[in-house]
Amino acid sequence: MTGYSDRIDMMRQEMTITPSMKLADLIELNYKLLDVLSRLGIGLGFGERTIADACEAHNIGKSSFVLICNEYTFEGYVPSEELLMSANASDIMNYLHNSHLSYMDGEMERLRASLAVLLQPTDAGQKRVVENFFMEYRKEVKNHFDYEENVVFPYVNALMGGRRQAGYSIGQFEKNHSNIDEKLNDLKNIVMKYLPDICDPVLRNDVLYHIFCLEDDLRHHTLIEDNVLVPLVGILERERRK
Amino acid sequence: MNAVNKKNVLLVVPSALIARGFESVFADLGEFRLHGVLPDLSNGAELKLKNVGADVIVVDPVVFEYASRINARAVISQYSDAAVVGLRTITMSDEAWRQFDEVVNLYDAPPVIIKKLRSAMSSRSESPKSEGEDLSAREKEILVCVAKGMLNKEIADYYNISIYTVITHRKNITRKTGIKTVAGLTVYALLNNLIDYDSIE
Repeated sequence: MTGYSDRIDMMRQEMTITPSMKLADLIELNYKLLDVLSRLGIGLGFGERTIADACEAHNIGKSSFVLICNEYTFEGYVPSEELLMSANASDIMNYLHNSHLSYMDGEMERLRASLAVLLQPTDAGQKRVVENFFMEYRKEVKNHFDYEENVVFPYVNALMGGRRQAGYSIGQFEKNHSNIDEKLNDLKNIVMKYLPDICDPVLRNDVLYHIFCLEDDLRHHTLIEDNVLVPLVGILERERRK
Repeated sequence: MNAVNKKNVLLVVPSALIARGFESVFADLGEFRLHGVLPDLSNGAELKLKNVGADVIVVDPVVFEYASRINARAVISQYSDAAVVGLRTITMSDEAWRQFDEVVNLYDAPPVIIKKLRSAMSSRSESPKSEGEDLSAREKEILVCVAKGMLNKEIADYYNISIYTVITHRKNITRKTGIKTVAGLTVYALLNNLIDYDSIE
């Protein structure tokens, strides 16, 4: 008998996600894709629908969908040129845009709120210094996203519309793509190692889990930018030059 | 003194004339011996720096691009714990020369050269070591300066130590605490009562 667990083992071994796969199996393979589905606008309650069904219903290219899920699921995944050629830069940008919103409006707000509760029993100076640190981090992430929203995405849109903006190329984005992970890593160490004992240990664990998840999520977000968006736009730039 | 006890010197100098000169000084005066010569720091040289097990590395700063000469010492220290001696073949700022444990001049007499290599090795053994996992008293002092927003140069002047030493302390602080950013170190300093809130306002 081949139940879903056998099918999923097979997927894992072959490192492939295919459009004929059921969404439920996809989540079983990697539950972190739950967030990815929400950002693509695909809600739960999908019954027996496949990736292909969902892509059609939500107007997403199948290759784009597979690329995003692969990058999220398989460590060290580098997409083939063939798969990139059949993907769509708008889909990827749409996904990245929705991710930015979900980070800033969702994740950051939830983390800020749970940090505030955690810091409640600490003294005023301690509370202020940690909260200020978090706000600085939040601002850094916002600036990072704003650059992509205001510079990179309009550039790619223009490129797809057949207009090439002089003086900019995706190579510049790649070169200046700054790390926003240092402060989050610091926050993790601070919460784990240096907050006073008076902080509630259960809340502290919750905040730590949240930071670890966010760290992992942002890492994959960056991989999608570097390994999917950048080469995809590189292909577009070469086509325009012809 | 037999060969076993002699200290190994690795030269990173492009000039064959200078390399042969060192070799002959060592042959005459003992104590040190020439362990290898790298004419530049191109591909594979890192591996050699790492594996050669030199006690002292003598480097001619011309092997570095102009802009990176100020960091020559830091580059070498990534690969080797040896003492690093600069060879004054070119003009650089005093600060740039201070990164080295010693500086040898082309016109130094052979005994002076030997004395300088010896002093480089002893100053190296006094340089910051990071024993244990708690911050040392000195690391805490440096951390407080960093948290107050002082630059490496200012910290170096304040404690009368080289910038290189400050950087080594900072590396050890980050390795021990896991905290990389200045803002994060400020939080650490406050939570550990090394500074109070007013001093960072």
